[in-house]
Amino acid sequence: MSKIHVTTTVNGDEVEYLCDPRETLLDCLRDRVGLTGAKEGCGTGDCGACSVTLDGRLVCSCLVLGAEAEGKEVTTIEGMATGDTLHPLQRKFIEHAALQCGICTPGILVAAKALLEKNPDPTETEMRYWLAGNLCRCTGYDKIIRAVMDAAQEMREAS
Amino acid sequence: MALDSDTQKFKYIGTRPDRPDGLDKVTGRARFGADFSMPGMLHGAILRSPHAHAKILKIDATKALALNGVKAVVTRADFPTGLTGEDWNIQENVMAGEKALYDGHAVAAVAATSQLIARDALKLIEVEYEVLRHVTDVDEAMADDAPVIREGAADYSVPEGMHPNIVRYMESGRGDLEAGFAAADLVLEQSYKTEAAHQGYIEPHACVGQLGADGKGELWCCTQGHWFVRQMCTAVLGLEATQLRVTPSEIGGGFGGKTTVFIDPVALALSRKANRPVKIVMSRSEVLRASGPTSSASMDIKMGMTRDGKITAASGTFRMQGGAFPGAPVDVTTMLAFANYDIADVHHIGFDVMTNRPKQAAYRAPGAPMGAFAVESMLDELCRQLRLDPIDTRLKNAVKEGTRATFGPKFPPVGLIETLEAAKAHPQYNTPLGPNQGRGVASGYWMNWGGETSASVAIGEDGTVQVSIGTPDIGGSRASMALMAAEAFGVPYDNVRVNIADTGTLGINEPTHGSRATFASGLATVEAAKEAIGKLCKRAADKWGIDAEAVTWEDGFAKPSGPNAGEFPPLSIAEIAAEMGSTGGPISGHFESSPDGFGGSFGTHIVDLEVDPETGRSTILRYLVVQDAGKAIHPAYVEGQFQGGAVQGIGWALNEEYIYGADGRLQNPIFLDYRVPVASDLPMIDTIIVEVPNPGHPYGVRGVGETGITPPLPAVANAVRDAIGVRMTQLPLTPPRVLAAIKGRG
Repeated sequence: MSKIHVTTTVNGDEVEYLCDPRETLLDCLRDRVGLTGAKEGCGTGDCGACSVTLDGRLVCSCLVLGAEAEGKEVTTIEGMATGDTLHPLQRKFIEHAALQCGICTPGILVAAKALLEKNPDPTETEMRYWLAGNLCRCTGYDKIIRAVMDAAQEMREAS
Repeated sequence: MALDSDTQKFKYIGTRPDRPDGLDKVTGRARFGADFSMPGMLHGAILRSPHAHAKILKIDATKALALNGVKAVVTRADFPTGLTGEDWNIQENVMAGEKALYDGHAVAAVAATSQLIARDALKLIEVEYEVLRHVTDVDEAMADDAPVIREGAADYSVPEGMHPNIVRYMESGRGDLEAGFAAADLVLEQSYKTEAAHQGYIEPHACVGQLGADGKGELWCCTQGHWFVRQMCTAVLGLEATQLRVTPSEIGGGFGGKTTVFIDPVALALSRKANRPVKIVMSRSEVLRASGPTSSASMDIKMGMTRDGKITAASGTFRMQGGAFPGAPVDVTTMLAFANYDIADVHHIGFDVMTNRPKQAAYRAPGAPMGAFAVESMLDELCRQLRLDPIDTRLKNAVKEGTRATFGPKFPPVGLIETLEAAKAHPQYNTPLGPNQGRGVASGYWMNWGGETSASVAIGEDGTVQVSIGTPDIGGSRASMALMAAEAFGVPYDNVRVNIADTGTLGINEPTHGSRATFASGLATVEAAKEAIGKLCKRAADKWGIDAEAVTWEDGFAKPSGPNAGEFPPLSIAEIAAEMGSTGGPISGHFESSPDGFGGSFGTHIVDLEVDPETGRSTILRYLVVQDAGKAIHPAYVEGQFQGGAVQGIGWALNEEYIYGADGRLQNPIFLDYRVPVASDLPMIDTIIVEVPNPGHPYGVRGVGETGITPPLPAVANAVRDAIGVRMTQLPLTPPRVLAAIKGRG
């Protein structure tokens, strides 16, 4: 099967790759672009470990084809910090011990950032429903929610 | 071992610093199992049986091998013969021999230049099956007419005449049951069932293996224990143990399920045949169908109680299936079922039963939650019928230091009473409940584990400390080790670097299992530090020209131990380290042992929930975990263990179950249908850390990982009983089951 040539933007950089029409955006990010921060936990859009944004919209990259990224802007966990300055969410996740194994962390951070961009002052319930698509098996979510709330407050105060 | 914490004030232990690997894990930089690749690497894929039980008549891979890009196919014929015992079980599980034993059992594997080609090639492998009768339910598997999974699998413990699917039988107890029950004012008997749950780690199993014709190999994988992986892979492939070097990646959850192997020997077998490194990554449905979920259980409990709440006698029969192999953790279930309580007359019977399901693996306190569900449900019912307070009644019967355990020995210092008192004093216990709301209480226990442990510390030339341990960091244990090393050396936390060493670097280490990492690797780190400190003191003594015994170590400095030792300015660890090349060479410390001073951890949980009478759905309103940590090294990660364990237990109690169709196939092998708790299902999980120091650890540590999953099953069931007025005896308490119970109440 002949491959498709894709030109896209990932974390602000123009990248090109050749992909099989069946390959997902997640496969392409991990295997063709070399960014392994997005994880495959399920491959069916149920766990959110592969969360990225596509033209600013939060998606499960396992449910997007690699070919669909043509001409679009993809943002992944690798694009979240600015140089060596962590995003407040990243910093708060470390401070609050909001991760144990850390496999779900990239997806949850990307999803939480997308939430705070839409709604800088979400209630706990809104956070819990927004993040309901991101499974964490280690923490019971308590410290994750606290970290997101704390980051949201800090970002509101800074703006 | 002497407990230092009684006399010692801690400087670092008990603080909450950032974890050393935090930056890597919030930036996507941390390398997990599937993130590793090798030059020239092939991709492997595994063909799995669609049948629950079938004879494999023929496997023809001709067409697959003809596909461009396919480099090797392996079947059981590519593995050595003559294995016995658990080695054979593992080999049979990673690649089926004469029969496919469950839906998802591996029958062949292919290595190709891409994952897509490997998957395409699987479809070209032709397998002829003769489908056999199957059984997936534990009680049905023990019935006379049940299909036999495998003749001759039973061990010596099984009395003659029992069905061949019963592979282990155990009885234990003491006292006079009849007299005990006669002394009771109320005796209850009830049967209970729990369904199999999966550990549900978000990271599927992944590995890259390279094995040459010379029998030397390397393996990178996500695992809780790479020495276990080495032992299992080399046994399954007929290699010498130390010729395989295993390096663990970061691990994306395990909860017991990554203490064994499923794909690793297959990747190595493919690599040996193709002469190239081979990577295998499981899909989620492969994880659910063909890794190691926990056992399902069927249990009969009888307990007697006096009017004032004293348990007079207890007996239980526990039947558990562990899939198509021996190994259901029924020995632990029988051991721990009644372990919370001081009971003179007690008896346990256990059956380990084979079915056509995947080979069970450890899952967080393996065997304990099932027994706790049955026993703590019955205790709640006894309290209810006798109008007794569930916490007061538990306090009346609770074990303490010196109590002879229902499993034999006397308890060392333990903290059950302290957890019950803290739970009772918590405001949640007296918060008023609304309509359709209920409150449940339950306690639980895990005995914890020590296990083979080897650790090293080495001093850097600038006086910083490098710690090498062999237990993968699954939930922040690098931070715990760094805190303990900082405390022992008296150096800042940030001056310690903790490495997870590969199998070529340290002696054997058991996995991060049994809640042992912070206890055992922590103990080894502290003892290795003490050895290094002795050497640091010796260097100072030599410099000062005094005896090493006349030097003490204090807060990162060598000092003369008193006026008689002489007057010398203290030497810092950095000063000694800077000169060590010319004062005798590198300074390091080692410690190896199988520490047996692990102290068990008790916990008590309170859950408040509301049941929707229209749908039967339960919503958790409030949840409290109280547990004994001995000494919390990094309290935030202790709380995290409590919270995570509780939520896994809530999932097991309310939603999670293996659902098999009449055809013996797993009906819910994706996360959409195997429903683990999500953020919107839950409230905050409140925690209280009780600290009854463990005398077996220099700082008093008890493992805390596993106890937390034990109380939630009965606590949730007790709360549902409180809410709907009906006692549910079969988990999970899914909305349809609860709704049926509410309707039946009518």
